[in-house]
Amino acid sequence: MADETRASESSSGGDRPDRGERRPSSRPGGPGGGREGGGPGGRKYFRRKKVCKFCVEKIEAINYKDIRLLAQFVAESGRIVPRRLTGVCTPHQRRLSLAIKQARNIALLPFAGRAA
Amino acid sequence: MNRTYELMFIVRPDMAEEEQDKLISTLETAVAASSGLVKSVERMGKRRLAYTVRKFHDGIYVLLTVEGGGGLIHELERRLRVTEPVIKFLTVRIDEEQKRLDKIKAIKDAKRKAAAPVTPAEVAGEAPAATA
Repeated sequence: MADETRASESSSGGDRPDRGERRPSSRPGGPGGGREGGGPGGRKYFRRKKVCKFCVEKIEAINYKDIRLLAQFVAESGRIVPRRLTGVCTPHQRRLSLAIKQARNIALLPFAGRAA
Repeated sequence: MNRTYELMFIVRPDMAEEEQDKLISTLETAVAASSGLVKSVERMGKRRLAYTVRKFHDGIYVLLTVEGGGGLIHELERRLRVTEPVIKFLTVRIDEEQKRLDKIKAIKDAKRKAAAPVTPAEVAGEAPAATA
């Protein structure tokens, strides 16, 4: 899931010059890399700038019925993955978390743990 | 006061098809009685629940899109609550979100129209990147 975001970023890097320019100056002391990999010694690796999946892929509608989309932002434990790990921008994270909570209420997503 | 709502409810997995029809038609008459409008009824079929609800692991999902006021929703929710086979329901108001999406779409279309005659090559170059 995280790889998907990165792949789309690199492919669309051509028509988004503003993102491309910002990438080399990614913060040196920022939190660890992606969700997978990275690790505590993240400083050694090249850290790609995380981008909001919804902005890059121009997904406007975040609906509680779209479980396949929402599941990408829910951890194994059922937790909503924080922005700092997924790179989702604040307006989208707000709507995302609302949709996830609605999906939880109608038993489409679990409150805790894997779907039974 | 016309608002659009989505009513999603789950009925027990062992509910017969005819009984579901009966339940849906009673809801439809209730909507009509409150001068509302049923825009669509979608049966999403049997699905595994993410957690147990009233000791059920599966449920039949039904999605109802209605137009009407808050009083209508109040009545529909009351009915769902007293209907024994309905194990869970959720009402979401969708008209404002739809309005927002329409607005974004309109802006997008306007931009595309404005950009197309001037630089068709740029738009063509952009399209594959967006789909990738």
